[in-house]
Order: sequence, then C-alpha cells, then structure tokens
Amino acid sequence: MKSMVGSLRDLSPIVLVIAFFQLFVLQQVPDGIFEIIIGLVFVVLGLTFFIFGLEQGLFPIGESMAHAFARKGSVFWLSVFAFALGFGTTVAEPALIAIADKAATVAAEGGAIEATEAAMHSYAEGLRYTVAVSVGFSILLGVIRILMNWSIQYMIMAGYVIVVVVTSFAPAEIIGIAYDSGGVTTSTITVPLVTALGIGLATAIKGRNPMLDGFGLIAFASLLPIIFVLMYGILV
Amino acid sequence: MISQIIDTFITTIFDVVPIAAIIFGFQFLVIRKPVPNLKKVLIGMVYVLIGITFFLIGLEMALFKLGDTMAKQLTDPAFIAGSDTVAGALRWYDYYWVYLFAFAIGMSTTLAEPSLIAVAIKAKEVSGGAITTWGLRIAVALGVAIGIALGTYRIVTGTPLHYYIIVGYIIVVIQTFFAPKTIVPLAYDSGGVTTSTVTVPLVAALGLGLAATVPGRSTLIDGFGLIAFASLFPIISVMAYAQLSEFKEARAVKKAKKEAGN
Repeated sequence: MKSMVGSLRDLSPIVLVIAFFQLFVLQQVPDGIFEIIIGLVFVVLGLTFFIFGLEQGLFPIGESMAHAFARKGSVFWLSVFAFALGFGTTVAEPALIAIADKAATVAAEGGAIEATEAAMHSYAEGLRYTVAVSVGFSILLGVIRILMNWSIQYMIMAGYVIVVVVTSFAPAEIIGIAYDSGGVTTSTITVPLVTALGIGLATAIKGRNPMLDGFGLIAFASLLPIIFVLMYGILV
Repeated sequence: MISQIIDTFITTIFDVVPIAAIIFGFQFLVIRKPVPNLKKVLIGMVYVLIGITFFLIGLEMALFKLGDTMAKQLTDPAFIAGSDTVAGALRWYDYYWVYLFAFAIGMSTTLAEPSLIAVAIKAKEVSGGAITTWGLRIAVALGVAIGIALGTYRIVTGTPLHYYIIVGYIIVVIQTFFAPKTIVPLAYDSGGVTTSTVTVPLVAALGLGLAATVPGRSTLIDGFGLIAFASLFPIISVMAYAQLSEFKEARAVKKAKKEAGN
C-alpha cells in the first residue's frame, strides 16, 4: 500500500504537466488515450509490485550484508561484495533495461548496427552489461576511497578529464547514450543499498564522519558508466 | 497482449537472475548461514519479477508514447505558426513551448523525487541548518529543469552534446574549489539521485521524438543526451546554493558583530 502511494507520487507530476499542456496549450486529446491510461496503470502497478518485492526480501538482506561486510569482513571480501552489489543492482534496473532496448532500436534504424532482432538484442545486452560492470567498479572504487580516505574532488576531476579525452575518440552515435547512462544507472534499487554500504563503512571505521564519508559512492556510479560506454562504442 | 506479458516476464527472469545469484552466493559461500526468512525473500523476488514486467509493458504503452507524442505535437509547424508554415523556416526560438514543457517536467518530477528528500534532510544536518531542506530541493529542481530545457535547445539546434557537458564540467571544477568542503560529496551525489525510474524513460522519449521531428536532426546522433543534462546541472545548482547560503550566513554574522560592537 505504501509502495502504491510512492509510485503514484512518482507519476503524478508527469501526468499533471502533460495534462496541462494537452488541455491548455495544445488543446487536443492525444491519439490512443485509452491505451495510454492503461499503460500508466501498468506503470503504477509494476512499480508498486517491484518496490514491494524489494522491501520484502532484497533490501533487508542487502542492507544487513552491507553492514556485516562493512564492519568486520576482510578487505578482499568487502571489495568483491562492493563490486557485486553495484553490478547486481544495476543489471535489473528497469529504466536501464528500457533505455538499452531503445538505444538498440535507434541504432538499428540509424544503420549503426544491423536491423535484425539478434543484432539489436546483443547490442542492448552489451550496453546493459557494460553499464553494470562499470557501476560495479564505481562502488568498488568508492569503497576503496572511503578506506584510504582519498579526496573525492581530485578523483572526480580526473574522471572528467578521462571522459573528455575518451569522447574525442568515440564515434558520434555513442556519445549521447554514453552521457545518459550515468543518470540512468542510479535509481530505485541502487541508491538505497549503496547508501547503506557507504554509511555502514563510514560508521565502522574510526575517525570518519558518516555524514561526509558515506556520500560519494553514487557520484562514481554516475561518472564511470560514461567512460565505459564510450569505450564500448569505440570497441564495437 | 497476453503473449507480450509472458515474453516480457521470461526476459525479466534472466534480468533478475544476477541479483539472486549474488545474494545467495554470498550467503552460502562467504557468510555460510542460511538465508533468514527464505520464503519471504523468494516471494519478494516473484513480486519484483511481476513488477518489472508490468512496468516495462506500461512504459512502452504510456511513457515512451507520451514523450514521443508531446515532442511531435509541440514541434508541429501547424501548432507553432499556423498551418501554412514550412517546417524548415522555423528558428530555434519558435520552439519555446518545447523548452517550457521540458522545464516543467524537470521541475515537477524533481520536486516529487523521494530520494532527493532524503538527501536534502542529510544536507541540512551536514550544514548545521545553513542549508534548508526546501532550499536544496528547489535548487536541485531548478538545476534539472534548466538542464533539460537547455538539452532540448541543444537537440533543436543540433550542436554537439560534449561541448555543453565539457563546459558544465569546467564550471563544476571551479565551483568545487570555492564551495564549502562538506557539501562537495553531497553535491556530486545529487546528480545521480535526481533522475527516477519514471522520469528517465519519459525524458529519453521526449529527446528521441524531438530529434525525429525537428528538420535536419538524426535520432542516432541528437536523440540521446537529455538525461546527461539532468544529472550534471544539479551538481552545479547544489554547490551554487551552498555557496549562496554560506555567503548569506557570513554576512549575517558580520552584521551581528558590527551591531554588537556599536
């Protein structure tokens, strides 16, 4: 029930703004309005089930594991867990699944890849796994940063420089989707679990401020995917 | 419809397998304890599967379609300048409804974003009250709104995405040196949390629709990139807001000292 309210709240601003533009600016009703309304109901139902399911099982386990590994686990297992957490939560991100499929369709229409089902499927999967691996590395890097107490500013700036350099070698058609992938990765599943890991780590290490050191994990997760997807574009 | 649901459901199973493998893998091999509430976890996973399936189908039917329709309607020459205009004769400022729509979507979805509310509460604690929850939320929402509006301008004009992003990076780097140290990691994170699972597909469809209808644009090269703006601009606006609050507080302290001196 609570997750239903949450999904409705996510969707309501979009519906309000679009309804306002349709009624007052465009003064028309979009074609297939019934299909759109059914689709919106599906989106709300889907998100509700999704969040409810996560809260039933995955979130409690993920959070307790994050705390357990942050507190006493060896650095090796902590690193493996950090990577797996980033990878696993991103692979199943619904927005990423949708965008990767969209990117494959666009690439096929534009002639960048073959317009066959198989080629599009493998392109979409390739994108998704590239992003997931890069988020895995991001969380790992973020955890190492917290352990070593490195300064986040310089790492982000170095990341920016790498993005700019790699962009100049990347084919034009991958740049848009690569830059977008940074924002797509971090939503429903990733943020709560990763935040739990960060705060848990910063609490467990003496002399760290959980407020300050717990943040910054998401920042890498929105930067590294850009670099990885650009490289994917260069290689494919 | 039914076959579409079954198809999507089967594909989704493969999408969720990695999470299950990771959780059970760590539980059995590293922690070596049985999973607590195993039944509840498994039922939860079935819910996750059903949820993603419905979400993806609804996305295709509604959100992708809405973004695309809005882009086509707002760029229709008949809507912009009356029925006898040729599409090629339109200038970038003729598309002002597109920018307004992009701004409104960015603003409203960000203000309603739950993960941003959580970040804003933490920011208030970190800053000792200098940053207010509402102030930060409005700062981020303005950042996203201006970002997406600028992104649609980029698609309309067809200028290369990386020029905008590189300028944005330079602004972020300069701000980092002057912003209060405590806010920097928070600002970097705020870029990632603003774009929710619902907003991303709609905004992506808007961009692709624009690139498909504005004359001379290609969906392949110009269509993506709106989300990139939505994740970069909040970083800038959060640091700007933090600097502004710090400046205001410093001035208030100075004033109070002066008055005390008199």
